[in-house]
Amino acid sequence: MMEKMIFGRYIPAESPLHRMDPRSKILLVFLFVCVVFIANNAITYGLLAVYTFLMVLSSKVPIRFILGGLRIVLWLVLFTLVLHLFFTKEGDVLFQWGSISIYEGGLKQGIFISVRFFLLILMTSLLTLTTTPIEITDGIEVLLDPLKKIKFPVHELALMMSISLRFIPTLMEETDKIMKAQTARGVEFSGGPIKDRVKAIIPLLIPLFIGSFKRAEELATAMEARGYRGGEGRTKYRQLRWGFVDTVMLLILAFVTAALVLFRS
Amino acid sequence: MKNPVVTIENVSFKYDGQEQYALKDVSFQIYDDEWLAIVGHNGSGKSTLAKLLNGLQFPEEGRIQIGGIDLTEETVWDIRKLIGMVFQNPDNQFVGTTVQDDVAFGLENNGIPREDMVERVQSSLKSVKMEQFLDQEPHHLSGGQKQRVAIAGVIALRPKIIVLDEATSMLDPRGREEVLDTIRQLKNDHQMTVISITHDLEEAAKADRIIVMNGGELYREGTPEEIFQMDEELVKLGLDIPFPVKMSKMLKAKGIPLNKHYLSEEELVTQLWTSHSNK
Ligand SMILES: Nc1ncnc2c1ncn2[C@@H]1O[C@H](COP(=O)(O)OP(=O)(O)OP(=O)(O)O)[C@@H](O)[C@H]1O
Ligand SMILES: [Mg+2]
Repeated sequence: MMEKMIFGRYIPAESPLHRMDPRSKILLVFLFVCVVFIANNAITYGLLAVYTFLMVLSSKVPIRFILGGLRIVLWLVLFTLVLHLFFTKEGDVLFQWGSISIYEGGLKQGIFISVRFFLLILMTSLLTLTTTPIEITDGIEVLLDPLKKIKFPVHELALMMSISLRFIPTLMEETDKIMKAQTARGVEFSGGPIKDRVKAIIPLLIPLFIGSFKRAEELATAMEARGYRGGEGRTKYRQLRWGFVDTVMLLILAFVTAALVLFRS
Repeated sequence: MKNPVVTIENVSFKYDGQEQYALKDVSFQIYDDEWLAIVGHNGSGKSTLAKLLNGLQFPEEGRIQIGGIDLTEETVWDIRKLIGMVFQNPDNQFVGTTVQDDVAFGLENNGIPREDMVERVQSSLKSVKMEQFLDQEPHHLSGGQKQRVAIAGVIALRPKIIVLDEATSMLDPRGREEVLDTIRQLKNDHQMTVISITHDLEEAAKADRIIVMNGGELYREGTPEEIFQMDEELVKLGLDIPFPVKMSKMLKAKGIPLNKHYLSEEELVTQLWTSHSNK
């Protein structure tokens, strides 16, 4: 289950999308999310679908991998479609069977909304698939920089994200260790009635929490000892570089947007 | 005359809400370019002392001077540049998501320009022999490797003094040797002062000087030879005696002539076989 989820997974590859600056990639996806709502007919939705498909191709992430990972989402999309088929009553009746009737409007709406939903999910997963989490963090920090003017703790937020990312594997290892230790003491984590299984979580969570607090304290001391005193006066080691691909990618999206505006009804 | 880099005068310290003083009227000096070992039982105040040196805590009474600067709230940031610390748990001091990010962390904090940073990250990782691991994530490194990265992070800031607070105690013997060798090498190359807090008396035996802490007080200071003369007294303080020292004592008791207590195994072995072949 966990292995099949593709949200937040990074797939290393050599592709134009991988080479893009995280800032422009985040911007691109954000703009795409807005642009999607311009589409309102078959031509414009078709255009969006082609664009997204080309983006997926250029990412060099295997299509089968993406679709496999989005299986649950596909069910949701299908569900939206069915919902619209039955509940939107607009236009001519296309099909009638007993008390169930399907309208033209319902079919159109259903298809459009499912396609929109699907494309949005596809593009956002493309972002996480082609960008390492730390790059996303860096990108967000820079993009949110203007918010520092209104005292929004941008640097702290980015640091929190990167420390969380840094400690996820460590905590997973620790969870595993504690689980094994508790299993050896006779706690059963799998099997048994739900009530028992929930109970078994407690001897797992308590040592994990206590351990994390100790870690946090030590980490804070270590950070302070290394001269950390907030974002002020800090330089950055990681550098973001806006390249040719970034400009091209954004221009392409601009063209698509223009075309959408032109062809929408 | 030896040059003091750290002067600690009548320092007392108590943690908030604690009855007992963690440090009581401690005074001593640390000299330029020396390797000082601090030993003592659990809770004797060693880590507290290290925290005071770095301004992570401030003394309630007394004075600390580092590199000629009085340690106060105003000077603490300059002093932290002079003193690098490596702590016990390799995981809980690794801040960056990759090796190079972690080494850069201290440099970023001090506002070092980027070009300079790249150069320093490279050279300090090279000096701890971790330069092939630039992009490695911490959970793919061994404990000893993580400690070496921590050392690189400290070295990158070019400190005069490096404090190891049980930095090798969570490592296996090989990792421990690797880390200590790295420190010895760096100490020679950069003329640094090393303060090593340790429970490993064999390691302390290799120091230039040893300070023994007991219940928050400075119990004794001296060269390793002088300290290990204390024998049973050390055991009473909750410390052990290194194996070669124990061995030479027992050999003496058996009537084998040895002219002193030997601190390292090699020394003892050499003495034994040469004295035997001299007969
Ligand atoms: N954060 C803290 N808050 C309150 N008391 C503390 C704190 N840290 C240490 N102490 C107390 O201060 C005393 C000295 O502790 P310290 O950590 O300096 O000992 P240590 O010599 O480093 O011991 P160890 O060998 O176990 O590392 C102990 O009595 C301890 O309980
Ligand atoms: Mg300690």
